[in-house]
Amino acid sequence: MIAIIKYNAGNISSVQNALARLGYDSVITDDKSTIQSASKVIFPGVGEASSAMNYLREKNLDGLLLSLQQPMLGICLGLQLMCKHSEEGNTNCLGIFDANVKRFPPTEIVPHTGWNSFSNLKSLLFKDIKKENDVYYVHSYYAEECKETVATCDYILPFSAGLQKDNFYATQFHPEKSAGIGEQILKNFLSL
Amino acid sequence: MLKKRIIPCLDIKDGRTVKGINFVGIRDAGDPIELAKKYVAQGADELVFLDITATVEKRKTLINLVDKIAREINIPFTVGGGINAVDDVRALLKAGADKVSINSSAVKRPELIAEIAKEFGSQCVVIAIDTKYEDDEWMVFIHGGRKGTGLKTVDWAKRAEALGAGEILLTSMNSDGTTAGFAIDITAKVAEAVNIPVIASGGAGKEAHFKEVFEKTKATGGLAATIFHYDKISIPDLKEYLTTKNINVRR
Repeated sequence: MIAIIKYNAGNISSVQNALARLGYDSVITDDKSTIQSASKVIFPGVGEASSAMNYLREKNLDGLLLSLQQPMLGICLGLQLMCKHSEEGNTNCLGIFDANVKRFPPTEIVPHTGWNSFSNLKSLLFKDIKKENDVYYVHSYYAEECKETVATCDYILPFSAGLQKDNFYATQFHPEKSAGIGEQILKNFLSL
Repeated sequence: MLKKRIIPCLDIKDGRTVKGINFVGIRDAGDPIELAKKYVAQGADELVFLDITATVEKRKTLINLVDKIAREINIPFTVGGGINAVDDVRALLKAGADKVSINSSAVKRPELIAEIAKEFGSQCVVIAIDTKYEDDEWMVFIHGGRKGTGLKTVDWAKRAEALGAGEILLTSMNSDGTTAGFAIDITAKVAEAVNIPVIASGGAGKEAHFKEVFEKTKATGGLAATIFHYDKISIPDLKEYLTTKNINVRR
């Protein structure tokens, strides 16, 4: 069973629908034992960083997520919460990745909304993915590049489109909303 | 490079896709689920779904239809019509929408924008503005274009941005359904006045209209219904055309 972490954020059903289209059952849950025993964990999200972290702390999920051994995939806000600190709500995050999350300078339209490419693909997550493909982004904050960056996107400045450390994977874009290429990335994650 | 978005829009009435001209003379344009699947297969970049006659009684029908469409499509999905409260948004997101489009209810109670943005993030809140040129001024209209508000379009767009809107969907009532081209003037003014994405809507009739709106304004998306529903332009042909004109689109 695949566990999708439930927290007070947006389009979680989109992730569940995407998994169902690939033939996978999943459960949206904040129950510790269900998450612990899941074969894969997806940490999705749209929403606001400080309220999302507060929710995780209230449910005692912050420590649990750090202790997971199975593959976990953070998406969008999920990726940002797996970093050290976010400027959004001045939030201390989980600290899995050695990167800080900052707000885009307003020199271009913010949020970064739409289909954009990525490059420097360096993870099994991107197996069989061509770098000239476009994926769907919608975010006002970005994770800096760091040693765990496994995909880079350039909008206003270069930032981490993908991060990986051990069993922890994350994408800033939304694979569940990125058409065929997104489905391939989800399949790659589910095959880990 | 961030690509310009091509966005088909499904106007829904009683569970069917419909389309009018200048917001009246509505006629049937097909089954929304079949159209949604067709547009995704053709390479649409997002899908917008507007329940143009949303009422409290019909809300359950809408939610069921959103749920059915959301199961089928793997691109971003915006839903609008009759959204008055944070709980309405929660129900639509649960049914599989990614963003919601708010129009009349945001004009009547602008704090709703901030409430939704706080709960679900700005990226979730699309402010739809129906605008009409009257007495030398572009003004905001609500209730499906039937009611004036006295608000100037650029002023309202800036206010919506300040309250936390993540995107503006700007429809020119003068152009809508006419296939005579986007309203370049007001689209340019709004896109210049705000720093959030603006989607141009209303009036697309041929491929060159998309080129024009992307070259002459800062709009990052072009939305259309009539030309796609009646196969006047196919999305792949449109994207091929824009590519030859050096406008970056997803292929």
